[in-house]
Amino acid sequence: MTTQLTVNDFTGLYIFMLAAFAGWVVIGNVPAILHTPLMSGSNFVHGIVVVGGLFVLLNASTGLEQAIGFAAVLLGAGNAAGGYAVTVRMLAMFKPSDAKPHRKRHVRAGHHRAKKA
Amino acid sequence: MLPSLIAQIVIGTTGFVAAILFLYGLKRMSSPDTAASGIRVAGLGMLVAVLAAFLYAFDVDAAARPHLGVNLGLAALALAIGGSIAWWAGRTVKMTAMPQMVALYNGLGGGAAGAIAAVELFGNRAVGVTQLVVTLLGALIGAISLSGSLIAWAKLDSILKRPLQFRAQQAINAVVAIAMLAVAVLIVVAAEGLALPLSLPELICVFFGLALLLGILATLPIGGADMPVVISIYNACTGVAVGLEGYVLQNPALMIAGMVVGAAGTLLTLLMAKAMNRSVTSVLFKAYGPAKKHAHGAMTGSEKPIEAGDAAIFMRYAKSVIIVPGYGLAVSQGQQKLYDFVKLLLAAGVGVRFAIHPVAGRMPGQMDVLLAEAGVPYDMIFQLADINDQFATTDVALVIGANDVVNPAARTDKSSPVYGMPILNVDEAKHAYVVKRGQGKGYAGIENALFYAPNTEMVYGDAAAVLTKMIEAVRGLGSAAA
Repeated sequence: MTTQLTVNDFTGLYIFMLAAFAGWVVIGNVPAILHTPLMSGSNFVHGIVVVGGLFVLLNASTGLEQAIGFAAVLLGAGNAAGGYAVTVRMLAMFKPSDAKPHRKRHVRAGHHRAKKA
Repeated sequence: MLPSLIAQIVIGTTGFVAAILFLYGLKRMSSPDTAASGIRVAGLGMLVAVLAAFLYAFDVDAAARPHLGVNLGLAALALAIGGSIAWWAGRTVKMTAMPQMVALYNGLGGGAAGAIAAVELFGNRAVGVTQLVVTLLGALIGAISLSGSLIAWAKLDSILKRPLQFRAQQAINAVVAIAMLAVAVLIVVAAEGLALPLSLPELICVFFGLALLLGILATLPIGGADMPVVISIYNACTGVAVGLEGYVLQNPALMIAGMVVGAAGTLLTLLMAKAMNRSVTSVLFKAYGPAKKHAHGAMTGSEKPIEAGDAAIFMRYAKSVIIVPGYGLAVSQGQQKLYDFVKLLLAAGVGVRFAIHPVAGRMPGQMDVLLAEAGVPYDMIFQLADINDQFATTDVALVIGANDVVNPAARTDKSSPVYGMPILNVDEAKHAYVVKRGQGKGYAGIENALFYAPNTEMVYGDAAAVLTKMIEAVRGLGSAAA
C-alpha cells in the first residue's frame, strides 16, 4: 500500500472544489433543449460508483462484506449501463433539418452505426 | 509486489483518463451538434475505468486474498446482472416514461454509494475521525437519494397517486433527521472504542434505517408537478455521495466525477426551479397545496368550440403557425401525427415553428426529446425566450395539451398561483386554437383566461385523434383541388 496515492484532507478539499467548479462551468452553457439528456448524462457519469463497488467487493473478507459489495456493484452497474442506454437513445434523436430523415422510431440495442473511430 | 505496483499505476492512469473523458464528454453534451458523441466519449471513460478496476485483484487486502476467486466471480456476476437488466430497461422504456427511469437509475447510484459506505462502516475501516465522518456523510446522502428517488419513481409512474400530506410532517422529518445525526455521532464515538448500550453494527443499521426513512418522508408530500426538481436534487445528491465515498476509497476519479455531477446537478436544479417559478426551498418544504377557489365569474366570454377539420383548413391557408405542445400531446402519443400534420402545412408553404416552454412535459427538455423522437428537426424548435415576442406577428398559435404555461393570468393576475411564472404569449397571436381533452382545468387547477378570449377557439378531444382529423381535412382539400 506504500506506493498508493494518498489524498489527504486538504488535497481532497482542493479536488472537490475544482471538480465542482468544472461541473458548474461545463453545464452552465447547456441550452434548455438538452436539459433532460443532460440530467440523464450526468446521472450516467456518477455511475462510476461501480468502480468503488468493485474495489470494496474484491477486498471483501466476510460474508456480510461480500453481500453488500455485491449489492454495490449490482446497483452501480445498473446506474452506469441504464444511464448510458437512455442518454444515447435520447441524443440519437436530435437531428438538424438537413440530415437525412430517419424511418426508425425506436432505436434498438445492437444497432450502433459503425461510425466509431 | 511488482504486479500490485503495475495494477496501481494502471488503475491510477485509467481513472485519470476517465475523469478527463467525463468532463470532455459533458462539455460535448452541451450542444445538440456534438451531444451524441459526448455521451460516447463519457461511455468510453466508464468502460476503461470499469475494466481496469478488475486489476484491484492484484492488490487486495491480506484478509481478502483467500476469497479472491469467489469475489471475482461475484463481481462479474453483479456487473452482468445489473448491467444487462438496466441496459434492457433503458433500451425499451417509452420516451414519455424517461423522467421516472432517470429517477430509478439515480436511486441505484445512491444505493451503490450507500452500500460502499456500509462495507467501510461495518468493517470499521476508516482511518481517523475525518474519514469516518466523510463516510457517514456519503452514506446518509446516498441512502436518502436511494429511497427518495424510489418514491419519486413511484409517483411519476403513477404507482403512488397523490402527494401524501399529514399534520406536523415537517416536525416529524426534523425529528428523524436529528435522530439520524445523533446516531451518526454515536457511531463515531463507538468507533473510537467507547462502550455503548448498542454495538457498532446495531448503530449502523439504525443509522441507515433512519436515513432511508428520511428520504421517503421528505419525498412523499411533494406533488407531481415538482418532481423534476426533486429528481434533479437527488441526482446532485448521488453525485456528492459518490464523490465523498471516492475520498474514503482514496479514488480521485470517483471524487472528480461525483463532485462534477454534484455541481452540475445543483445548477440544473436551480435552472429548473427558476423556469417553474418555484424556489428550491418551497419545493422541498411547502406543498403546492390545493389551489384557492378562483371565482369562475371572473372569466368573461365563453369557450368557443370548433371542429378539428375547420381549424386545420384555416391553418393550411395561414402564413405562419406556432405550435405549443404540452404534456397532453405526450400522453396521447400524438407527436408523430403532429409532425405529419406539420409536414402537410410546410408543403403548403406555411411557416411552422414549435415553441417549447421550459417545463413542457414532466421534465425540462422532455418535450424537445419527444419531438426529436418523432423526427422534428431541432432548428424548428424554439425556446420561450427566443420566440415569445413573435406571437404578436403570427397568424395562428396552436396549443396542444398545454394549459398553465399559456395562462395569461401569470402576467396579469397577482392573486393567481401561477402569477410570475414565465408563459408563452399565445394570447398575443392573431388567432389561437387550443386542443384539449375536455373543459377541465390544468395541473395547477386554475381557470385559463386564454380559453375565453375572443380570438381563441377550442378543439375538444384527444390530441392524437384531433390531429388525425386535421391531417384528413388537409389531405381531403388537396385531392379536391387536384
